[in-house]
Amino acid sequence: MSLSRKRSIIVRRLLQAVPVIVLATFIVFGLLKLVPGDVAVTLAGDNASDARIAEIRHIYGLDRPFLVQYGSWLAKAVQGDLSNSLVSSEPVLSSIERCLPHTLLIVVLAMMMALLIGIPLGIAAASRPGSWADSFVMTIASLGVAIPNFWLGMLLVAFFALDLNWLPATGATPISEGFWDAISHAILPACALAAGGIAEVARQLRSSLVEILSSQQVRTLHAKGLPPSSILWRHGLKNVSVNLLTVISLLFNRMLAATVVVEAVFAIPGMGNLIVNGAIQRDFPVVQGVVFTMVLIVVTLNLVTDVLYSILDPRIS
Amino acid sequence: MTDTALALEARPSRLSKFGKWFMSDLRGAISLSFLVLLIVVSALAPWISPYSPIAQDFDATLAPISGAHWLGADDLGRDTLSRLIYGGTASLYASFLAVFVAIVIGVPVGLLAGYLGGWVDEIVSRVIDSFLSFPAIVLAIAVTGALGIGLTNGMISVGIVFAPQLARLVRARTLVVRHELYVDSARCFGASTGRILWRHVLPNTIQPVIVQVTLLLAGALLAEASLSFLGLGIQPPNASWGAMLARAYQNMEIAPEQMYPPGLAILFTALAFNALGESLRVALDPTMKRR
Repeated sequence: MSLSRKRSIIVRRLLQAVPVIVLATFIVFGLLKLVPGDVAVTLAGDNASDARIAEIRHIYGLDRPFLVQYGSWLAKAVQGDLSNSLVSSEPVLSSIERCLPHTLLIVVLAMMMALLIGIPLGIAAASRPGSWADSFVMTIASLGVAIPNFWLGMLLVAFFALDLNWLPATGATPISEGFWDAISHAILPACALAAGGIAEVARQLRSSLVEILSSQQVRTLHAKGLPPSSILWRHGLKNVSVNLLTVISLLFNRMLAATVVVEAVFAIPGMGNLIVNGAIQRDFPVVQGVVFTMVLIVVTLNLVTDVLYSILDPRIS
Repeated sequence: MTDTALALEARPSRLSKFGKWFMSDLRGAISLSFLVLLIVVSALAPWISPYSPIAQDFDATLAPISGAHWLGADDLGRDTLSRLIYGGTASLYASFLAVFVAIVIGVPVGLLAGYLGGWVDEIVSRVIDSFLSFPAIVLAIAVTGALGIGLTNGMISVGIVFAPQLARLVRARTLVVRHELYVDSARCFGASTGRILWRHVLPNTIQPVIVQVTLLLAGALLAEASLSFLGLGIQPPNASWGAMLARAYQNMEIAPEQMYPPGLAILFTALAFNALGESLRVALDPTMKRR
């Protein structure tokens, strides 16, 4: 593929991502603003006079038309200003800078586990469809999809932290304050998060591998006398690597969501903690800021996937 | 032989078709039976649960499994089995509510976008893409915070978040169906758009929707558990499986066994919904039978 074509694909995908980000934040902004209940009344506290409520409404710009409010929020957000928390007055961006690394560490660790365990399981299941290994893997996969991550987290805490005392039960340390300490805190939450991922990777890999291995093309290779292992590695896995990319990007989205609850189990001060407290306290700038950051991460990741996709598979333009 | 008899012979009744499926698909049959049993138990909760789910008995605080409390009692001395039964009612209600909201929003939107095409489709598809680009539960949390904390609000939020998945599915099916001959001929006979969508397009898009709805029920169940665990769903003293887990979590060091009943209930129910969905996918899709 020529360099200019690659560049044009990247530019086009970038342009397509912009409206998605704008729309997504607009939807959340709209949902938060259009519902009944007045933030200004909550902020003013009990027994506040109407004048005080009107003043607060003015200070926070809540008296301006909806579209103007959204426009000014977006204009500031693009410049990296996510405004301040209504409750603590801390800039939302600095809260996110503090919380995001904890969340990303868990998600990345969980993703590595999902791939390292899920891929071999998927291959084992696909190389002999219908065998006991296949049924075993598929049973594990069904369990992994259905188990609530936070319950698995609780089981892990009960066993590995409280009973065996191998790993810390709760809390988190930033990587900057000690790599191994940070990892030891992140292992159990990552395991809780990885269960669904392992299941998803194994299932998807199995189904696409089975499809390819039963194709005409592979039958021809068998007839030509190629050893099965070479067929699996050279022809099977090479072809499914593209599908795996899609799974990874979907999984990242799902893990980012699931970490919200898993963080609550392990008392990790991450993005989940931030948005849950924001939602309970009706701290809209915080909620809006967290959603914006997550959308940005997911859209960027989808973008990277799309571009890699078109490089790996020349049929996609 | 009369015409009616011929027709009866040619087309087996729905009941016998169902019976045949039930006997041939063990996994689907077990899942369906389990779910029906669960619904019956939930409906009969006031009559079959041994205690009131909110009755506190401080002599039985964190009581272990015994004849009086089959599954023990929580930290306020409330009977775990009774809370499990009532919690099941709440959790099932929550799942069905969320999926109902998703159907009410998602199916018409998908139908209209797919059938009308043009700028309507363009806008709807962009909105769907945007919705799908952010983590579902995070959006549900954001919306619940705005709507006000509570089980019903929480599950409406989950329904809103699930709706785009159904809309996308229905839209894709509608795009295929709308060019079928029978739709064209209905249009030629002057049928209104509403009638065409309701009578001709919808019935032909419904099969994948049924499968997806079953799978979404599992997702909604897990979402309810998550929201209630975080304190954004059902409010005390009422029980749901997620809320029971939150309670058990607080007492994990003293009475770890309290977290097994609600956790296993969620796991088995989600498993049953997922397995039933997969079975329906195979049963409803003729191309899958060969595999």
